Amino acid sequence: MNKTLASLGWATVAVLGAAAVGAIAVRRGEPINALWLVVAATCCYALGYRFYSKFIAAKILALDGLRATPAERLENGRDFLVTNKWVVFGHHFAAIAGPGPLVGPVLAAQFGYLPGTMWVLAGAVFAGCVQDFVILLFSVRRDGKSLTEMAKDEIGRVGGLVAYLAVIAILIILLGVAALIVVNALKASPWGTFTIAMTMPIALLMGVYLRRIRPGKVLEVSALGFALVLAAIWGGQYVSQNEALAKLFTFSAPTLAILIMIYGFAASALPVWLLLAPRDYLSTFVKLGTIALLAGGIVALHPTLHMPALTRFVDGTGPVFAGKIFPFAFITIACGAISGFHALISSGTTPKMIARETETRMVGYGAMMCESAVAIMAIIAACVMPPGVYFAINSPAGIVGQAPATAAATISAWGFPLTAADMQALAHAVGEQTLYNRTGGAPAFAVGMAHIFSHSLGGETLMALWYHFAIMFEALFILTILDAGTRVARFMIQDALGHVYEPLGRTSWYPSILATSALIVASWGYFLWQGVKDPLGGINSLWPLFGISNQLLATVALCVATTIIVKMHRARYAAVTLGPLAWLVAVTFTASWHKMFDPDPRVGFLAQARGLAAGPTPLSSATVRVIFNNRLDAAVTGVLVVMVTLVLVESVRQWIGILSGAREARVREAPFVRTRLVEERG
Amino acid sequence: MKQGRERLRNIRATAMAALREIFDEAAYARFLSRAGMVSSSKSYAEFRRELEEAKVRRPKCC
Repeated sequence: MNKTLASLGWATVAVLGAAAVGAIAVRRGEPINALWLVVAATCCYALGYRFYSKFIAAKILALDGLRATPAERLENGRDFLVTNKWVVFGHHFAAIAGPGPLVGPVLAAQFGYLPGTMWVLAGAVFAGCVQDFVILLFSVRRDGKSLTEMAKDEIGRVGGLVAYLAVIAILIILLGVAALIVVNALKASPWGTFTIAMTMPIALLMGVYLRRIRPGKVLEVSALGFALVLAAIWGGQYVSQNEALAKLFTFSAPTLAILIMIYGFAASALPVWLLLAPRDYLSTFVKLGTIALLAGGIVALHPTLHMPALTRFVDGTGPVFAGKIFPFAFITIACGAISGFHALISSGTTPKMIARETETRMVGYGAMMCESAVAIMAIIAACVMPPGVYFAINSPAGIVGQAPATAAATISAWGFPLTAADMQALAHAVGEQTLYNRTGGAPAFAVGMAHIFSHSLGGETLMALWYHFAIMFEALFILTILDAGTRVARFMIQDALGHVYEPLGRTSWYPSILATSALIVASWGYFLWQGVKDPLGGINSLWPLFGISNQLLATVALCVATTIIVKMHRARYAAVTLGPLAWLVAVTFTASWHKMFDPDPRVGFLAQARGLAAGPTPLSSATVRVIFNNRLDAAVTGVLVVMVTLVLVESVRQWIGILSGAREARVREAPFVRTRLVEERG
Repeated sequence: MKQGRERLRNIRATAMAALREIFDEAAYARFLSRAGMVSSSKSYAEFRRELEEAKVRRPKCC
């Protein structure tokens, strides 16, 4: 009876999901309610988790609840620690959820709501969740080894080296792009800059409170810090209205870029935990709270999407970034569908906390589903505003023109009605002087979020506060990623340099700290500066580069996973990782080819360089710099593709060798030890 | 009714445990118990030093 009821229940979920997906796929020419997306996503995730992840767990991975995990065998109370599965789930989700699932879907909304939604749902269920799940399990079975170590063990030295270089490359490009998003959100915005500036003294205060007044009470002090940040947002409006104060907090994009680079260097090279640790906590607190608030807001207020299902820009002429729907929609949205970076988290802290193998399914597959849901929320936030407003915010001046009237006329001519007066009124409502050319996704997301909430809590009068709350939330946790990422990259470089000259590897040796910090900041700072000076807004070049490097890392992770599956004699089920791998290879290699060689100068780096070089001579120094940057971006893309090709070739050689019997299928798992937790739990 | 309240209590306790883990409060409690110390400015500074060593190497996702 129960089985029949369960079957009926799942059949209902399937029918409901199919109806919702059908509704969002076939609806044309009229607005659609956001709840359709919510229902489609919920049903897809439920079905994917219940059936697909269970199939993978049972048939391929053969999860064994009796096998002791490293958290149990190597428990030391620090890294290795048996932890409640829901606690690990929360911890893992907090580590994987960053700005990616918010920014990528907002940018990809230029194609309409449909492509992004479909890719987020299918990508997560069949690729992203699978990658996170299998890499987590394989790391658990290898004493919590990292992706780089597993690549070296299972594929060979080439795999290990490429994974290492890919991680460094992705970190540098990510940090450059992330910093650019903050710059574009805060430029000429005294309110936003004041709020972010205030997080520094607030964090210092929190640090003193944590150290002197209530040691260790992080949740308590984070709640206090959050209240102070809200007060800073409230106070920001008075700063923006006071001419003298507004001037003090108004910066151009290049000035902000320099300030952020100085911040990144100081955060990496100086012992400033009193500032950074509390800010990290504050950022996590705000992040989790805002995601919960936005989810609740969307369900309760179920706003209407005004963006069409598909826009004219599927042909590749989009103003936000150039390139056709295939492959560019699929590299623009990485986090939310599949992100190679997650493989680092799934083979980092999380496998050392898992109590039982069977819990990897919920943590690995389940947490990625939640991140995918965040991406769906970002799509909704981007699509609730009138499309004309969306394009005005996200289009660079180089495409739509500098003057408001010109920009409004250009966007209206695309079929998205917009007037300069409407944009001025909106900018005024959110407390900004202008919202034009704020590329990068963060301001558009903030306007969308403010739009959703202004229809309920506080109405239009609170719209400016909601907008600046969203800007603060994004800038705060992007800055946290900047300082954490710079330090992680610095350690990786120091580890490698230590093999060349031992003192360079010492993480406490100041000359090495200063040199490696400067090297990392200069590397991502270069990309940031390039973006700030780019006449097309920077995002057009840099976000695809980030997407390509992130997806190439996922390619490496899926190569490792497929190799292990083949070695486990489960080759007949290898399609589970081979399918996403083939898709990613098609997407990333096609995108890379376009970014390097496409004859359209808005798409191809080399075509743009050629076009500029053919201009009237003598070339200005700015033009020469843009030409060099384009050639550099093409070279970076080429190097990434060559590296991943090497891993692919090496992996295929392994598979063929094992399947033909020429090579021994030896998995490098830790030996089986029976868990004692079962007996302890009775 | 009673069962429902019990379940709610469990959910709340688990959510709090997750938050305590995310915000390193649980790690601090474990540190104190391992080191046989009581909570103080000095022990917290010691804990931070130990935590930073491990934490700075952890990547955060994009």
